Amino acid sequence: MREKKQSLDFTSKWCYEPAPENSDHIQLKKKYELFIDGKFVKPTKGKYFDTINPATEQKLAEIAEADESDVNKAVKAARNSYENVWSKMPAAERGKYIFRIARMIQERAREFAVIETLDGGKPIRESRDIDIPLAANYFFYYAGWADKLAYAFPNRNPKPLGVAGQIIPWNFPLLMAAWKIAPALATGNTVILKPAETTSLTALKLAEIIADSGLPPGVVNIITGGGKTGAAIVNHKDINKIAFTGSTDVGKLIQHSLANTNKKLTLELGGKAANIIFDDAPLDQAVEGIVNGIFFNQGHVCCAGSRLFIQENVANIVIQKLKDRMETLIVGDPMDKNTDIGAINSKQQLETIQKYISIGKKEGADFYQSSCALPKKGYFCKPTLFLNTSQSHRIVQEEIFGPVLTIQTFRTVEEVIEKANNIPYGLSAGVWTDKGSRIFNMTSKLRAGVVWANTYNKFDPTSPFGGYKESGFGREGGLHGLQPYLSL
Amino acid sequence: MKSIISIPDFSKSPAIDQVGVEERVARFTTRSIKKASKVQGLKMALNMIDLTTLEGKDTEGKVKQMCYKAVHLHDALPDLPSVAAVCVYPTMVRTAKQALQNSGVKVASVSTAFPSGQSTRKVKLLDTTFAVENGADEIDMVISRGEFLKGNYNFIFDEIAAIKEACGAVRLKVIFETGELSTLDNVRRASDIAMYAGADFIKTSTGKISPAATMPVSLVMLEAIRDYYYKTGIMVGMKPAGGISTAKLALHYLVMVKETLGNGWLSNHWFRFGASSLANDILMQLAKEATGVYQGAEYFSKD
Repeated sequence: MREKKQSLDFTSKWCYEPAPENSDHIQLKKKYELFIDGKFVKPTKGKYFDTINPATEQKLAEIAEADESDVNKAVKAARNSYENVWSKMPAAERGKYIFRIARMIQERAREFAVIETLDGGKPIRESRDIDIPLAANYFFYYAGWADKLAYAFPNRNPKPLGVAGQIIPWNFPLLMAAWKIAPALATGNTVILKPAETTSLTALKLAEIIADSGLPPGVVNIITGGGKTGAAIVNHKDINKIAFTGSTDVGKLIQHSLANTNKKLTLELGGKAANIIFDDAPLDQAVEGIVNGIFFNQGHVCCAGSRLFIQENVANIVIQKLKDRMETLIVGDPMDKNTDIGAINSKQQLETIQKYISIGKKEGADFYQSSCALPKKGYFCKPTLFLNTSQSHRIVQEEIFGPVLTIQTFRTVEEVIEKANNIPYGLSAGVWTDKGSRIFNMTSKLRAGVVWANTYNKFDPTSPFGGYKESGFGREGGLHGLQPYLSL
Repeated sequence: MKSIISIPDFSKSPAIDQVGVEERVARFTTRSIKKASKVQGLKMALNMIDLTTLEGKDTEGKVKQMCYKAVHLHDALPDLPSVAAVCVYPTMVRTAKQALQNSGVKVASVSTAFPSGQSTRKVKLLDTTFAVENGADEIDMVISRGEFLKGNYNFIFDEIAAIKEACGAVRLKVIFETGELSTLDNVRRASDIAMYAGADFIKTSTGKISPAATMPVSLVMLEAIRDYYYKTGIMVGMKPAGGISTAKLALHYLVMVKETLGNGWLSNHWFRFGASSLANDILMQLAKEATGVYQGAEYFSKD
């Protein structure tokens, strides 16, 4: 039988006109201060840093840089409100505040979505349809638990820990703030949250909502800054619990500095997830899952399906379908409603991605990018494949955190399980097969905190999320997400 | 030169995941089509319509009126295309053919005991030959859904191949009546059977059963067409029919075609809408784009 490769034509006979989301209604201040004890206050040393729009490289605003004395103030405020207000308040009352925050995020969803996209570079479609609604949902979900903790942990007498220091990454700025703040408040703790340096704006907008919501001063403090500010939070003596989401390197440093203290710790770190396609899988839907797995949020996703494993007998057709699908991905202005892949979050991250692309080329892996044009300004990267890779390639072993997918083939179930687990990370994995029993077999053998079957990158407040091995420990989301904030 | 095409085992049609299909469809509907791209898309959609009347009460008079409309959609607006074809019962083919003459609008005839398909092979062949001899440019046949659901895939294959033979050079559209096939796996299987048996077009529905065309069903069919094309290099057309009555939904379908099969299928040679009321909604949108205001429904002719 002769099988010819036929190619489809995805050039622009009928192209979509630009459809930019309106940002006229967005009011950004020139300068953003620290949110401590219910008020916006200037940083002690009066230092500020710029936050820029990665799609245009233009400055959006100046953000206050908190130093140790600011952290002290925030911890003092959090401690004071914990001792005198928040821990004494009836749990149902606590829940009401969290519900109110959730509703206020929903009411201002459009504003949040636009700012998230301007500040972080992610497509407006994602911030509008995923980030912001999910963030509100996490608040709604945990608000419901506030007065039901005794039912969540029967006969365990759950008690809050006290003051929680929370440090979040730049890939899902508001959503990560919600993942951290909502369970901490529901369990009766007070919070000092530090957003990432490049994406502080939506956290500060959240601070405005929190101020408007009438939440007692000091219950949530949001302070901004870089690594030093984060270190000051981690090392502060009067903090009971640290929750960190970010890189594995920083996670290790934090764990190191917390050794010998009685602070509790949860870490949600890097990943290099296996996305596994069996020959009986619904292939067209699997291709969609590959795309969602690695190109969602420009690949800036700790649980991204960055290592693709395709069973050898369907590898050619899956790769052909994937390449055709990539031709239809629209890369460019994140504010355009039709954009699928937006801007890389920062210049630094773009350089990291480019470094790995050149490593992959040097390693001799087959390099492929879609034919799309990139905007002249801003930080962009074409969706990228490396074909014919093996476990020994560095691009397969190390987290790239960009729209770069490595592809390997496999022959048997045992082989793919061994390869999927052959990595220091263990955050997530994907399995694509039409066979139910195989799904259960795989999920019990894959060393990953989350395993998606016939889908990828799905998040829900009711579902716990977290990693094995160097991807961290502790769970966020669901009933499990309450536990790290309680003494039981 | 034709290559040899081997016939796959239809009982092992590729698996379809309904949740994944629906998710992909939802993505198509978030594409924002504005301004010039909207006008271009709407005109393209207008030119892809098979203007349809398939009623027991159809008469020559009704068919003639519809044929006039097919060519003169809304003469108040300049530069409008005509529709692709009119779709009628076999007995109306001659009338439609005469009414349309050299307009370029094709005449499609349903056949094979449309819409149920509950008749003998002999009757179905006669039905088809009658329509062809009366001048039909295209035949829209229905498959025997009962036999399909019984698992008689060879019966379906042979039936389609026999009708295709009776059609000769006339293009054959094969209607699955997806509303009766119930699963997307069945839709995929029916698509494969029809294409390998020689269908020039695959079509969702008769319009007599609900649900008629849906985007998930159409996506599965478009992906089957893509797989067939990858394998054989042969293009097969697609016609969703029934239930597509708004301009916005038509644009969503075009986005789906563009992003699944590419530019090659964005013409009425390869893609059709089977619809009776879609044209007027598109006209209303085009008039709005031209004049800036929406006009009332009664400003557009109903034939």
